[in-house]
Amino acid sequence: MDDLWYSEYHTPRVRFSIKVTKQLHQETSDYQTISVFDSEEFGRFLTLDGIMMLTERDEFIYHEMIAHPAMAVNPNIRKVLIIGAGDGGTVRELTKYPTIEHIDVVEIDQRVVAVSKEFFPQTACGFEDARVQLHFQDGLKFVRRTELAYDLIVVDSTDPLGPGEVLFTKEFYGNCFRALTENGILINQHESPFYQEDAKAMRAAHRRLAQVFPISRVYQAHIPTYPSGHWLFGFASKSLEPLADLNAMEWNTLGLKMRYYNTDLHRGAFALPTYVREMLDDEV
Amino acid sequence: MKDQTRAPLLEALERMRHDRLVPFDVPGHKRGKGNPQLTEFLGERCLSVDVNSMKPLDNLCHPVSVIKEAEELAAEAFGAAHAFFMVGGTTSAVQSMILASVKAGDEIILPRNVHQSVINALVLCGAIPVYINPQTDKRLGIALGMSVTDVKETVAKHPAAKAILVNNPTYYGICSDLKSITDIAHEHGLVVLVDEAHGTHFYFGREMPLTAMAAGADMAAVSMHKSGGSLTQSSLLLCGPHVNAHYVRQIINLTQTTSGSYLLLSSLDISRRNLTLDGVEIIEKVKRFAQYARDEINAIGDYYAYSRELINGDSVFDFDTTKLSVNTLELGLAGIEVYDLLRDEYGIQIEFGDLGNILAYVSVGDKNKNVERLIGALGEIQRVYKRDNKDMLESEYITPIVMMSPQRAFYAEKISLPLEECEGKICTEFVMCYPPGIPVLAPGEKITTAIIEYIQYAKEKGCMLTGPEAMDVRRLNVWKGE
Repeated sequence: MDDLWYSEYHTPRVRFSIKVTKQLHQETSDYQTISVFDSEEFGRFLTLDGIMMLTERDEFIYHEMIAHPAMAVNPNIRKVLIIGAGDGGTVRELTKYPTIEHIDVVEIDQRVVAVSKEFFPQTACGFEDARVQLHFQDGLKFVRRTELAYDLIVVDSTDPLGPGEVLFTKEFYGNCFRALTENGILINQHESPFYQEDAKAMRAAHRRLAQVFPISRVYQAHIPTYPSGHWLFGFASKSLEPLADLNAMEWNTLGLKMRYYNTDLHRGAFALPTYVREMLDDEV
Repeated sequence: MKDQTRAPLLEALERMRHDRLVPFDVPGHKRGKGNPQLTEFLGERCLSVDVNSMKPLDNLCHPVSVIKEAEELAAEAFGAAHAFFMVGGTTSAVQSMILASVKAGDEIILPRNVHQSVINALVLCGAIPVYINPQTDKRLGIALGMSVTDVKETVAKHPAAKAILVNNPTYYGICSDLKSITDIAHEHGLVVLVDEAHGTHFYFGREMPLTAMAAGADMAAVSMHKSGGSLTQSSLLLCGPHVNAHYVRQIINLTQTTSGSYLLLSSLDISRRNLTLDGVEIIEKVKRFAQYARDEINAIGDYYAYSRELINGDSVFDFDTTKLSVNTLELGLAGIEVYDLLRDEYGIQIEFGDLGNILAYVSVGDKNKNVERLIGALGEIQRVYKRDNKDMLESEYITPIVMMSPQRAFYAEKISLPLEECEGKICTEFVMCYPPGIPVLAPGEKITTAIIEYIQYAKEKGCMLTGPEAMDVRRLNVWKGE
């Protein structure tokens, strides 16, 4: 009997494995190795350079949490820029809002989108919406010449090692600041506080965001297939506070169906464990 | 035509490694085994070829086999009659060509924007500098190339001069009319020396500015470790057909180590092979990167990344488009300030910043995303730090007043005075402003108010001033007098 396992090293001494029923795809693009596996426990899953990006089973948590908190704070968001996110999950969530007029998606690797369309119709369906425009280029380059154009920028990046590195730099955050309107919000994938290497990247991201944005907060979610399961997101903005400015009533009247996010959880998500709070306080 | 796919030094070192000679010679680390921490840090392969001269590996001071072959291959690749492998940096190549060409009391014509190694050579040999003021671009605040008219006039005024030294290209990528200058100099019996530290790639790229050897110059110092890809401190000294190479070797051996590093030597050999075989492609890629970055930086506004539009047929005869030089004055920031911001705030280390310009070194080792980061960071610096530019210094060129030879002043009786009291005195030491390492004062020159102000301003802007005994440059050593 086959004993085929996918393993990811969460640290050099900790390994996370999923029993694989079949490898569906593997290719090396100009930027990274893209693989798709199938499994009984998590369904299909996508990895880039061997690192878990999403599984059919738990992607809803990540995508709901990266998309909706900002929308619940500012339901008047009209123009959105998403950087990374070649799987389409973040776009799918945002297209649920009829009030959003335009979404630019900037993904550096065309092949990630192609592979997602082929193997993950559940997330890639987001690209079908007429308001969505895909751009295949460097995220920093795209945002560089833009001024006061977006109400929301979502940075749905890979880890800071590899092609996502640029999306964790101060110059990138600064260019995003310039590209945002005066009530603009930047949400980013903010790594994990638990394992040392992830925590280092997390702290660096927070420090750089706090140097650029007047408001820089962090919130959390539980994502089973990411290292330690405890994952953070950044909420940086020019004027809006994620809790004080939460528009729970208005958001709830939209009646959107969610599996993870709700406005009570929104409040709780910003209540961080003490050790995480201390790490963040050290950086500003 | 020799077989340029060969690398005799690399091959000899591999043979040596393969033969597993038992080392009872220096270096004492014995292929790294005696220094495990160093071996761990640098790698076993590296330490295994850190060896001494021996018969199978030839001897740098007296090359007869594999070093000779490697030098001959390099000479052919560069279109030179002879090439010397140098292990003391391009500084030693520059100094050797000067020491081989002029003696005490001889005049040598040179532009002021020379590297400090040139004037150091004059302290060593006692030759007297005759400076040609480089033309300057007032707007950019940089020294340009030598004007042919200035060369003609200076040569006519100094009929006894023995040599002329040309900086080509400058750090900023500016080239002089090397062919005309060489022809004029040769008509008057001058030896033509070219500091070609920043021009290695000219020998291998397509549509590049003219090289020293192609222009007929007598000697050229080429920094293989800059655009050529060899290890830091390795360099080449090229000689034309009318130079007595054996005498040049004797001069080199006056100061060069007798334990030439095989790490450096093999890096020269491998880089020469690489450039000969793939140089065109490599340099085209660098040009594309630099041009892309130039266009994008110019689109930000307030920055001026200059290029061939500066060409004026004389003091900017040609421009090296692989150089990414950017003027920052419109931004209200000195180049050195942008240089510091890039490193401290954005984690980007560039080559240098002077008062009005920065230079980012672009090479084959660059990646798209890093070029994007540089452009993105410059955009951010504009957004966050831009300020009124009315207080910016216009130009940094100050005409030197040579009162005595650098050697005489350097070795003379001297006294130390506070900087502000030095006006009118003769300086006996160097004051260099880093970057870019061009002398503000050389030994034997008169200290003027303009110079004192310039030193104070450069200090304020965060430039590193080096040279004087008083390392903080609050005092200068001056000539005590008769």
